[in-house]
Amino acid sequence: MSWLFGILALAALAIIAGLILGFAAVRFRVESDPIVEQIDNLLPQTQCGQCGYPGCRPYAEAIANGDEINKCPPGGQATIDKLADLLGREAKPLDAAHGEEDVKKVAVIREDECIGCTKCIQACPVDAIMGAARQMHTVIADECTGCDLCVEPCPVDCIDMVPVTVQPERWKWNLEQIPVKHIDVSASSPTTEQQVETQ
Amino acid sequence: MIELTTTSPLHAFPGGIHPPERKAPANSTPTRRLPLADKLYVSLRQHSGPAAELCVSVGETVKKGQALSKPGVDNGLPVHAPTSGVITAITDHPLNHPSGLTGPTVCIDVDHRDEWVQREPLDNLSALSRREILNYLQTMGIAGLGGAGFPTARKIAGAQGIDVLIINGVECEPYIAADDRLMREQAQGILRGCEILQELTAAKQVVIAIEDNKPEAIAAMTAALSADNSTFILRVIPTRYPSGGEKQLIQVLTGLQVPANQLPADIGVLVHNVGTAFAIAKAIDAGEPLLERVVTVTGETVAEPCTAWVPIGTPVGHVLQSCGFQAEPQQRVIIGGPMMGYTIPSLDVPVTKTTNCILAPSAKELRPADEEMACIRCGACEQVCPASLLPQQLQWLAKAKDYDGLKQHHLADCIECGACAYVCPSEIPLVYYYRQAKAQIREQLIEQQKSEIARQRFEARQARLEREKEERLEKHRKAAEARKAAQAARAESNEDDPVQAALARVKARKAAQEANADAPATDDKKDQVAAAVARAKARKAEREAAAQQAEKNGEDS
Repeated sequence: MSWLFGILALAALAIIAGLILGFAAVRFRVESDPIVEQIDNLLPQTQCGQCGYPGCRPYAEAIANGDEINKCPPGGQATIDKLADLLGREAKPLDAAHGEEDVKKVAVIREDECIGCTKCIQACPVDAIMGAARQMHTVIADECTGCDLCVEPCPVDCIDMVPVTVQPERWKWNLEQIPVKHIDVSASSPTTEQQVETQ
Repeated sequence: MIELTTTSPLHAFPGGIHPPERKAPANSTPTRRLPLADKLYVSLRQHSGPAAELCVSVGETVKKGQALSKPGVDNGLPVHAPTSGVITAITDHPLNHPSGLTGPTVCIDVDHRDEWVQREPLDNLSALSRREILNYLQTMGIAGLGGAGFPTARKIAGAQGIDVLIINGVECEPYIAADDRLMREQAQGILRGCEILQELTAAKQVVIAIEDNKPEAIAAMTAALSADNSTFILRVIPTRYPSGGEKQLIQVLTGLQVPANQLPADIGVLVHNVGTAFAIAKAIDAGEPLLERVVTVTGETVAEPCTAWVPIGTPVGHVLQSCGFQAEPQQRVIIGGPMMGYTIPSLDVPVTKTTNCILAPSAKELRPADEEMACIRCGACEQVCPASLLPQQLQWLAKAKDYDGLKQHHLADCIECGACAYVCPSEIPLVYYYRQAKAQIREQLIEQQKSEIARQRFEARQARLEREKEERLEKHRKAAEARKAAQAARAESNEDDPVQAALARVKARKAAQEANADAPATDDKKDQVAAAVARAKARKAEREAAAQQAEKNGEDS
């Protein structure tokens, strides 16, 4: 009889444990794979698709599933290093097949050439272009991620990618970029042009 | 609750240095008025925070004190015309900034008549609410004149429950004598400003702090202080750089430290500069916006070192020439003092609200920095750091671009006073590394915020596209159902099949058309023709454009 008792006891335990686990699975459900979330946080969110995936999140999911971490040109080496750090993988140089690291750019529409076709609006992954059919369009510069996706569809080629100009408040104390000027000894009036010697 | 008396003990902040003061001879002559420059360059953004909205246009004649910009949606700090004249341009002009970048600037051709706009002083302050007075100070363009130029109204508005209002007349940096001269000459005005500030902040006490190397200023302020107002006290503090730093001064007077990532207001203290107090008094009692400030003009290449009231926007070169500037080869011109100042790339940059000193030293007087040598780990920097940081460690981390490490070592608490670099035997420009690292950390933060916004916008767009697709499918499904239902209904009521009926109608129409083949074209047809012509024209234009493009490409290559 004792063997039956043993089996029953084990079965009861199994049922209790199953109930607890089942409850925990529902109650403490994790919405999505947290590693994807973490990878996505490291990606630059330009949504440019240069990695071959339609946006940063799909690429994050692909990385979580084992894809290479060096396919993101906007993020550059800094992002690759961070991803390598997070995932414990080797930090490789950027894969040139997906593009090269470039200065930050922003799209600018030459507004008098715009014919109002709305094609760029449809292409913009972050809805940073304003406009309506047959009305001039314009880029909301603050929201533009510089992804380049609007340039290709434009039928009249009126979109330029312009490097972001440095504002004094975001200047990074890069003293080398200042042209070194020595004030001319013979300067007789304050408006005299200074002699320029660039190092 | 902080309570201070004239006899309460003074405290010391850690570190500090005693660089040569060199305040004479600039501080020994009365504040001058220099001849007006012929052209003024008023930068639209001269303070920390957003710029105000431009409200004048090129060609407009402006009078002295007229607003060139107004607060607008961002509640930026306006700038005003420092004298009367004509606006010749609104363009990018070199900024008074270490970067040497240009920024939007209003250029005024001075007419030398110095005509005032209608001034409207605030007459009875007691009838106005705090908010109204602060708005008035904002429209008067009052910014902190001590250092960073934070808008004064905002600083006051953000401070609640202030026990002690400290009026900073310490002026600890070598060479600078602007506040010294102002206290000697305008003690009454400064005290009037202090009274207004006390009312606005509801501070229980006002402490005026002056370093003991300014006996004349101390005497002038003591004489001006009335005996019957016991809430005003004057404290003389020992001379030690950087005791004029906000946090250091608070520590000297109260013994309290402002915690990291907090503001003085969080411990019940608010610090304002004497110059700011005077500007507030002028704005409220005389209706004068912030148009000019006291600037120290000094250095061995200046024949007549002095302090002067300089209109905002005056080119630095003009100020120097008016004081007998004789440039040396490879002359440096420093804005601010030798410790915290920066070299400007051109003499065209204008004086701004925060320019307290123009220093044109000779090469002998302030030796240009030598080549940086290796850190010998002597630890001298750590001894002098007023914020109790580890400058040497910060330097290693900054060079290694280890921003997380820098955050852990509290880089944000560095006040960039330059004491560490001053004592460094290896002449390492330590502050330069900290500034670069701070800028990088700030940039990373901005990038992170921007990428977060981009992600949200991307996800919102994806959701919208998904929703639209579903709505479309739903509509199609409903239409299909309706069609089916109608068909079923017709089948039940034995009506004609609509398809057959339609075919019959088409046949009938064709027959009719054949019958009146000679009839004139209908309006419909006319429209169609016009459309086709337009299409053809468009195609042609496109072809031409393509050909031009090809030509251009050919030329380019």
